[in-house]
Amino acid sequence: MYGKKLVLIKMKKNLLFISCEEAKLICDRAQYNEATLWEKIKLNLRYTWCRITRAYVKKNKKLTEAIKSSNVQCLKQNERQELHEQLKHQLKNQD
Amino acid sequence: MPNHQINPNKWIDLYSDYLFNYTISRVNDREIAKDLVQDAFFAGLKSMKNFKGEASERTWLISILKRKIIDYYRKINSNKGKAEVRMSYSADENEGDWLEERVADPFDKTAEDVIENSELGDAIYDCLSKLPEKQATVFRMKTIEGLETETICNELNITASNLWVIIHRARISMAECMEKNWF
Repeated sequence: MYGKKLVLIKMKKNLLFISCEEAKLICDRAQYNEATLWEKIKLNLRYTWCRITRAYVKKNKKLTEAIKSSNVQCLKQNERQELHEQLKHQLKNQD
Repeated sequence: MPNHQINPNKWIDLYSDYLFNYTISRVNDREIAKDLVQDAFFAGLKSMKNFKGEASERTWLISILKRKIIDYYRKINSNKGKAEVRMSYSADENEGDWLEERVADPFDKTAEDVIENSELGDAIYDCLSKLPEKQATVFRMKTIEGLETETICNELNITASNLWVIIHRARISMAECMEKNWF
């Protein structure tokens, strides 16, 4: 009886409380709007008492904002690949 | 004694994003920017023997790219090109290569926020180039290109949890680097 209660309490605890590492991963997903509501609740709960989580969230948000405000653009993966091939070809022809 | 070495095999990984971002902010057209970056790389290959190693490889490539951008504006003879040449030219100074000398940088001298944005972009690409290749690729695809997780996983043949671990490591390194260089 006592053992069952203990398991139940542990399960509930696991459902609500997350490790620091898990919180960080949820925070990462939240930067791309890919964290679920339940994950956000768990993250917020940890955020209230964990100094390390708070520091990570702050840093992570800062990075997201910097990238958004910079409006940086880059080549798509296939464009990079194409450019790489062309450069390789050109280099070969030159040798 | 030259301090910098040249290695064209690394150009795409190290400089393509930086050069592309530099170009697109000046020509506002993705296809043209792509062509100009390619032209700059090809011109770099051709004049590799002229590289003295006094400036960094990136600075050297940027100087080639700047000429390509000037040539592009010369060719299309656009209003933008004319305006910038008119603004920057003063007849009483330096004869000769006045266009190159004068037009090399005026693109940077616009509004303050544009300069800051461009510098921020430089800082981001500096940090990105310091990441391991896989991390840089995943981070770029997810954060800058804004691709779906599934698309990236399919393209790179990795699992979603793998992707998030890579993103996590990349974000830690990026945040640390940006802390040093920008924040």
